[in-house]
Amino acid sequence: MRHFLDFEKPIAELEGKIEELRHLGDDGRLSIAEEVGKLQEKVTRLIRQTYSRLTPWQRTQVARHPDRPHFSHYVARLVEGFTPLAGDRAFGEDRAVVGGIGRFRGHSAVILGHEKGADTEGRLRHNFGMARPEGYRKARRLMRLAERFRLPVISFVDTPGAYPGVDAEARGQAEAIARSIETCLEIRVPFVAAIIGEGGSGGAVAIAAADRVLMLEHAIYSVISPEGCASILWRSGDKAEEAAEALKLTAADLERLGAIDGVVKEPLGGAHREPEAAIDAVGEALEAALAGLRAVDGGVLRAQRRDKYLRMGSLGLSG
Amino acid sequence: MNWLTSFVRPKIQTLLRKREVPENLWHKCPACEQMIFHRDLEKNLCVCPHCGHHLRIAAARRLDMLFDDGAYQKIELPKTAPDPLRFRDLKRYSERLKEAQARTGLQDAAIVAHGRMGGRQVVVAAFEFEFLGGSMGLAVGEALVAAGRLAVLQGAPLVVIPSSGGARMQEGILSLVQMPRTTIAVNQVKEAGLPYVVVLTDPTTGGVSASFAMLGDIALAEPGAVIGFAGQRVIQETIREKLPEGFQRAEYLYEHGMVDMVVPRGKLRETLIRIFSLLCDRGPAGEVVALPRHDLDIPAREAVPGAEAAAGPASPTPPLP
Repeated sequence: MRHFLDFEKPIAELEGKIEELRHLGDDGRLSIAEEVGKLQEKVTRLIRQTYSRLTPWQRTQVARHPDRPHFSHYVARLVEGFTPLAGDRAFGEDRAVVGGIGRFRGHSAVILGHEKGADTEGRLRHNFGMARPEGYRKARRLMRLAERFRLPVISFVDTPGAYPGVDAEARGQAEAIARSIETCLEIRVPFVAAIIGEGGSGGAVAIAAADRVLMLEHAIYSVISPEGCASILWRSGDKAEEAAEALKLTAADLERLGAIDGVVKEPLGGAHREPEAAIDAVGEALEAALAGLRAVDGGVLRAQRRDKYLRMGSLGLSG
Repeated sequence: MNWLTSFVRPKIQTLLRKREVPENLWHKCPACEQMIFHRDLEKNLCVCPHCGHHLRIAAARRLDMLFDDGAYQKIELPKTAPDPLRFRDLKRYSERLKEAQARTGLQDAAIVAHGRMGGRQVVVAAFEFEFLGGSMGLAVGEALVAAGRLAVLQGAPLVVIPSSGGARMQEGILSLVQMPRTTIAVNQVKEAGLPYVVVLTDPTTGGVSASFAMLGDIALAEPGAVIGFAGQRVIQETIREKLPEGFQRAEYLYEHGMVDMVVPRGKLRETLIRIFSLLCDRGPAGEVVALPRHDLDIPAREAVPGAEAAAGPASPTPPLP
């Protein structure tokens, strides 16, 4: 079953019609093939139109699309010999953050990221990508491992946010995130982060304070979810659309604000339509970013990364 | 319990309840709901004399009670973009900012000061909760960076006293990136070998708790302060269960190993002074003396005969403390 977003309804209708015609077209009449061709063109035009002017709220929905490629899809296509490593060596194994060692474009690397899960069972197993302290402590351990063996770190960010639960709080959620951010800023190896879906608040920045932060065109990255923001500032969750607008959470806005380093274009109609093309585009962008960092001395990398964040006091929309 | 507290005060309370309570004379304790005469409250450092509840206090008041003779210099903080996203909800953010500035007399939610504490130079950054919930945006990030730099420059310990709901939503991603930014600010102090002490006060949550506030060399907390990452309402909506007793309070964090001490406000100054003295004035036995190099280099000495002689006469090894 394909999943269509609300604003994709006209697209869904047209595509449904094409399907129907194809079924009818078994007798091989030319006019049906022609009709299908015409409709196909129309659909492509419609998708282009729709996706060229997505509102921030629509983009939020695309970023959360269930068919959008997740961490495991990226790893399967981009990383050879991925060897997952588990546990925080203190309390448990948190499957909301997956990480390990593998080879990216011929180079060994530590790869980690949030995993949301693809089906109901997977979503439950990975807790919808909402990590507990153990997830951030594991991330930290893996970043340290990377530093010990001078491997670059590649992180994939895709989380609604850190898990808001009693157990998570009892075990120091805030401290775990703080230490993870601290470790991001300390490691003396190249570090590139890609925001592939949802970059939800502290739970996202915990593994995204990198040398280069890349972001997919329809991904979002925000201090709070539009719904959360709306319920606090507008005192109504219904105003999520306005909040999404005000928060400036789209890749284009964030690039303009100087909070991220690059935007990766998505295939027409979003990454969920052509996951492989989207994954390859992210792979290219990651490689391009890493290529510029591999030769740089670890101490220099660390100093530059820290400078980059220290300078983020003078940002804002100009004029 | 004397005649005054057991008889006169309850009577006054019933009398006052009928009319509007003059705000400047009597305060109602938010915990035990008893009335407190403003002078009593002031004398008691804004701690309820009935139940010991620590009321929130203004940033400037904090500084008054921490520095020697209440004397300190506030530093001027660099200006940041006042409304970097041109944010508007039900009201313009720029208006909310102006109102907060008018109400508190402050530029933003954090102030930085330096002065003496027990005779020692100390830098303090304190949060003003009345300023948009003490939320952290560009200006607060700037305050932390300035405080860290000043501490390093003066070779002084840094004390940060958060009282903040977290990141400032109206500055969007630019408030989120203050988490790594402030982390660097306090780590620069630690890397300079100087103590960084946090005093977690009510509340310390969200992006503030998940960055510099949880990175202190030593973490103190005020009794009863709410400290945590996620808001209680959000947690309640997620788990749909009653939250445990005392959840996210300072004492709960202490029991869970997240803070070193829960310190009553009246003991805060002396506790800080003692900590700095113990960490910084190590005394004669604690002085670090470099060992002669060859004592550390055992394999090399074994591998190369005569290396000991080449290293010159051995200096006497100082006794270990």
